Amino acid sequence: MKILVPVKRVLDYNVKVRVKADQSGVDLSNVKMSMNPFDEIAVEEATRLKEKGVATEIVAVSIGPAQAKDTIITALTIGADRGILIQTDVDVEPLAVAKLLKAVVEQENPDLVIMGKQAIDGDNNATGQMLSTLLGWPQATFASKVVVENGEAQVTREVDGGLQTLVVKLPAVVTTDLRLNEPRYASLPNIMKAKKKPLDMKTVADYGVDVTPRLKVVRVTEPPKRGAGVKVKDAAELVASLKSAGVL
Amino acid sequence: MAVLVIADHDGAHLRDTTHKTVTAAKALSGEVDVLVYGDGAQGVADAAAKIDGVRKVLLSQSAGLKAEIAEDVAALINGLAGGYDAVAIPASASGKNFAPRVAALLDVSLLSDVIEVVDANTFVRPIYAGNALETVQTSEAKKVLTVRTTAFRAAGEGGSAAVETVAAPAAADGTRFIGEEKVVSDRPELGAAKIVVSGGRALGSAEEFKAVIDPLADKLGAAVGASRAAVDAGYAPNDYQVGQTGKVVAPGLYIAVGISGAIQHLAGMKDSKVIVAINKDPEAPIFSIADYGLVEDYKTAIPALMGALG
Repeated sequence: MKILVPVKRVLDYNVKVRVKADQSGVDLSNVKMSMNPFDEIAVEEATRLKEKGVATEIVAVSIGPAQAKDTIITALTIGADRGILIQTDVDVEPLAVAKLLKAVVEQENPDLVIMGKQAIDGDNNATGQMLSTLLGWPQATFASKVVVENGEAQVTREVDGGLQTLVVKLPAVVTTDLRLNEPRYASLPNIMKAKKKPLDMKTVADYGVDVTPRLKVVRVTEPPKRGAGVKVKDAAELVASLKSAGVL
Repeated sequence: MAVLVIADHDGAHLRDTTHKTVTAAKALSGEVDVLVYGDGAQGVADAAAKIDGVRKVLLSQSAGLKAEIAEDVAALINGLAGGYDAVAIPASASGKNFAPRVAALLDVSLLSDVIEVVDANTFVRPIYAGNALETVQTSEAKKVLTVRTTAFRAAGEGGSAAVETVAAPAAADGTRFIGEEKVVSDRPELGAAKIVVSGGRALGSAEEFKAVIDPLADKLGAAVGASRAAVDAGYAPNDYQVGQTGKVVAPGLYIAVGISGAIQHLAGMKDSKVIVAINKDPEAPIFSIADYGLVEDYKTAIPALMGALG
């Protein structure tokens, strides 16, 4: 069975975002970029399925600038077999990403697509569901457990108020939640091996998808700052303060 | 211009996130209809009909809709979308599950987690875990948006809309519902509570979390939340998690106990009206956003707080 894992290069989750003074966006110059944490979980899950003998090949795909090659190499280091980079400098919106991924799926014919539930930059939580819709495949989002057998995937999902379990017929799209697994650290031999794995360079034009943004970003601003707080000396003063603030 | 609001409910009760989504929808148009889907949800539809300003309520029922199978819910909404200029969906876990499908079926971009409706084509939404706000303008003929309900007031009661029945779509054949495990709680729901008491990793164990956080929450009539660190360590169930990857809350009072205040946690609670931080580390980032900070070990601070509350 073949698994396709889309991965995204994003601002590292530990970096404090700076909004540009001209309000045109956030400042991404000279900051650490990494693989989206949810995508790392997706690559790890695919790798575990391969180690269990369920999957035979894992293909990692990324859409982004030339530097997104590093993100694919990270996926190859964790366990992906080969990579595809669709190079573009446009900030591609989720619907266009889903259309590009659909085209990749039609070429590669995977049995399963595993991807992160959301990217921590746009916070959209949309691409997996859109891809599943465009393909006419079932979806199982926010997965905290995935068992693949007999042409189906049994997926435990994190929902409001608890957990839900669904069975989806393959091929299907699964999106990962944080608790699905703990991604492994790359070993030096695997880093060396990853550099020798195949990586196809493609362009958006190769897939005939219009990636022109449909949403116009008018401005990006900083959220309102909270007023400076006070330190209280003990619990009694805290309760008195909360009572006078009218929240108790 | 008419807007279809998708109701949020637990099968028996309408959640006030629906009322909040109606408020967001009213900012777009005076013609707001509410869709209630489920099975045995007549009572929920009747409750939705009482929301002030609602024109009519559509009720659709099937087993797949009750299980909130995304394929079924999206097919239902897509079938109705022709009569509307916008679809507004509460940004709950369920709403986030099917909203992108509705957008993809209509071939439009999704406006996710909207916190402000500037005008019918312009919306504000948080990005980068709430560390930046993006104002976007759309030229799509139909708008599909998910609404961050904590950013809107609940619409009042007093309406008397008619309830119409709508046929349910054919069940998705690729997806089977197996079961669910709900966390049972007598406390107010995290997303709707006026007071939230949250515990972090400093509590050290699930037993300690229960022993310290639960009595304080009970005394205050508060919901219980947790940081991701506390959830990952197994001290609290998953659905207690407040943050970028958990729930977004904005109660009147948020009390963070033993939580350092990582970016991802702040994303879920920094719009609370009053924030209290109790942490023994004076350098903890949580103090930078807390209105009232108490630098003290929770082991001494919480019993004293219980005492002071009487």
